[in-house]
Amino acid sequence: MKLSFSPADEQFREEVTSWLAANLGGEFEVIRGRGGPGDEHSFVEERKAWERKLAEGGWTCVGWPKQYGGRGASIEQQVIFNEEYARAGGPGRMGHIGETLTGPTLIAFGSEAQKERYLPGIRAGKEFWCQGYSEPSAGSDLANVKTRARLDEANDQWLINGQKVWTSLAHESQYVFVIARTDPDSVAHKGLGFFLLAMDQPGITVRPIEQLTGTSEFNEVFFDDAVCAADDIVGAPGEGWKVAMGLLGFERGVSTLGQQMLFQNEFDEIIRIAKANGAARDPALRQRIADAHVGLRILRFNSMRMLSGGGDDGSLQKEAMIYKLYWSTWHRNLGKLAMDVLGAESEIIAAAPYELTRLQSLYLFTRADTIYGGTNQIQRNIIAERALGMPREPRG
Amino acid sequence: MEFRFTEEQQMIRDTAGAFLAEVSTAAAVRAAMATERGYDEALWRQISEEMMWPALHIPEAYGGLGLGFVELAAMQEQMGRVLLCAPFLATVGLGVNALLVAGTEAQKQQYLAAIATGSTATLAFMAPGSRPDAHAVQATWAADGDGGVLNGEYRYVLDGHTAETLIVAAREAGSDGEEGISLFVLPADTAGVSREWLPTMDQTRKQASITLRDVKLGADALMGEAGCAWPALAKILDLATVAVAAEQVGVAQQALDSSVAYTMERVQFGRTIASYQAIKHKAADMMLKVEAARSAAYYAACIADEALAGNPLGAGLAEAASIAKAYCSDAAFFNAGCGIQLHGGVGITAEYDIQLYFKRAKSTETLLGDAAWHRERLARQLLDGEAA
Ligand SMILES: Cc1cc2nc3c(=O)[nH]c(=O)nc-3n(C[C@H](O)[C@H](O)[C@H](O)COP(=O)(O)OP(=O)(O)OC[C@H]3O[C@@H](n4cnc5c(N)ncnc54)[C@H](O)[C@@H]3O)c2cc1C
Repeated sequence: MKLSFSPADEQFREEVTSWLAANLGGEFEVIRGRGGPGDEHSFVEERKAWERKLAEGGWTCVGWPKQYGGRGASIEQQVIFNEEYARAGGPGRMGHIGETLTGPTLIAFGSEAQKERYLPGIRAGKEFWCQGYSEPSAGSDLANVKTRARLDEANDQWLINGQKVWTSLAHESQYVFVIARTDPDSVAHKGLGFFLLAMDQPGITVRPIEQLTGTSEFNEVFFDDAVCAADDIVGAPGEGWKVAMGLLGFERGVSTLGQQMLFQNEFDEIIRIAKANGAARDPALRQRIADAHVGLRILRFNSMRMLSGGGDDGSLQKEAMIYKLYWSTWHRNLGKLAMDVLGAESEIIAAAPYELTRLQSLYLFTRADTIYGGTNQIQRNIIAERALGMPREPRG
Repeated sequence: MEFRFTEEQQMIRDTAGAFLAEVSTAAAVRAAMATERGYDEALWRQISEEMMWPALHIPEAYGGLGLGFVELAAMQEQMGRVLLCAPFLATVGLGVNALLVAGTEAQKQQYLAAIATGSTATLAFMAPGSRPDAHAVQATWAADGDGGVLNGEYRYVLDGHTAETLIVAAREAGSDGEEGISLFVLPADTAGVSREWLPTMDQTRKQASITLRDVKLGADALMGEAGCAWPALAKILDLATVAVAAEQVGVAQQALDSSVAYTMERVQFGRTIASYQAIKHKAADMMLKVEAARSAAYYAACIADEALAGNPLGAGLAEAASIAKAYCSDAAFFNAGCGIQLHGGVGITAEYDIQLYFKRAKSTETLLGDAAWHRERLARQLLDGEAA
């Protein structure tokens, strides 16, 4: 075991930090630490400009292979980048879905034409994507999607009909990837396709959903003969599930590994408050604060282990299956801790009608952490079945 | 960065695991725990003299194998898995670490070499009813020529009634807290030393009380400078704490594995109970605990290596030890407790092993500071601006 990073990696870190120090200021000062889950509505235009700035510096898609405009950064370097980005107060990335989900999926499963068409826009920080998986009747049971795709051979295109829900950032995106049924008689994960669609078309309607925070970062998306070019299906018709699951592998993989630095920023804020308002002297809160510290440090150790043990393809070992359940639960508890450290002050919001403080947003929105990307219950099913070999759930 | 075992470490771990599974069977554990000594001497000879496990992280210059703390942690984890009854933690976690941290050259030559060939040792520092901080040291020493005279009573001394070498902490009469503490190393049969077995709830690990009555020691027994030993003692305790945390990983893992195995066999309502989601989710939570515990313990083991080598990263030892011990204590207790629940009625019997894990989880939780104690130590560092 060796804990230190190589000199080359440390040099990479230096490159990241100095670029951020030189560029994350001036007009971008206001977006430091803004955006991200629970705060996606903030400073959208400024954050889009920031994406372009990042791209100019070569700091989007650092993990992509060089031939697609990335840096071919190793997993270690990707973590270093994400850590330093968060440490510097880098804003929540507008382009994260394209960069961490669409891109790797196209690189793995897409045609050359699809890569040529879509990767440059993501890399340039100009084209944003959203994820059209969940539907009203397909949540945890994702394979139950009802949205249909019909090949309109006369016009050489697919026509998509149906509804997606909880589609994060659909209102800010130019493109969506959708799983839809190519075989109308199929059930479950058979007979699905994976489609790439432009959002700006008459067949697509986006309706925001107001969240418990009063803001809207996810949406309902309606497809009414929405058009997808015939060659914008990824993989063959019927292979959609394979592609969709490959993508979820990326979602649960490297992309979350820098996040503990973001969490560290939140935790540091809570410590500052505790020291200032006397909560730091309360024995019960001291225990919980220390417990949060223990949990956060272990989150980092877990990710170091995953990084060192993962396969070359970025896939993760079975131990890595605990990762989502672990961080989501830790983060949710942090939200509660923040309120308890604030005490009576935790109730008072920033302004009417319903402008919340960052920590109030944290408290409310971390309830989503244990739901999206596979709920805690689904994570436990996966752990029990795949890591511990216990019997599969009966299906209805 | 490589936060995983090297091939060699993996091999040591696997070999130890396979050997221990063969020798530390349920029957062997029960036979050993029923004795006052608490371990099988023939097995200890095999482990220590033939296999040289206690010599693992003793430098080659003192007859050891010269490996590191990560190897030690891997060994300790495997021992926890099978509840090995042996004076290993006392001899290595406490004894070897104490000698490495505080021993003079001559003491290392003498005692480490003896341990490398099978001799046992332990550390005594806690007064009755104390907690494992500097105030625990209540035995006293007074200068006497070149050496000193020691008086006092220790409790909770791991394998204290059988260890051949004792390392003891004592303070200058009238001193308080971290001041005035000295460490001494002495043969257990030194005049004035009396020892008594203290029967324990966890029968798989033995404790003793040790009383010192006017024990006269020469200058050669003093470890380091008189009255200044607290930092060394604190470091020794942190190193031993990491070893205990690694052992708890093994306890937590086996509590999970044996419980899952049981639920896959046991049928109720026409299905194996493992097919019920309430059971699966409990098992998943147990796996989360043990994997997170493993991350914490091995991180701490890496830091322990750095600390023993005197490298800068070693400055994080106290924090890493507290993180590991806080988490691993809770994880071992959680897994063993849930393990009993998953076993149902048989979990309450003496026959099934899960009860033994439940007891080991508790005894290791208390040992060298429980989770709350370590969290408070971290809280001081985080909130009061004190070093942990
Ligand atoms: C903030 C946020 C952003 C999101 N963004 C996107 C997005 O961009 N794109 C997208 O496609 N989706 C998105 N989602 C949707 C998300 O993936 C789903 O909410 C999630 O998969 C759960 O589905 P559901 O909401 O239908 O809940 P359900 O599946 O109905 O679950 C309800 C409850 O039942 C439990 N449950 C369900 N099945 C089982 C089972 N087999 N065993 C035990 N318990 C079970 C669940 O754990 C949960 O507690 C987002 C969700 C949130 C909250």
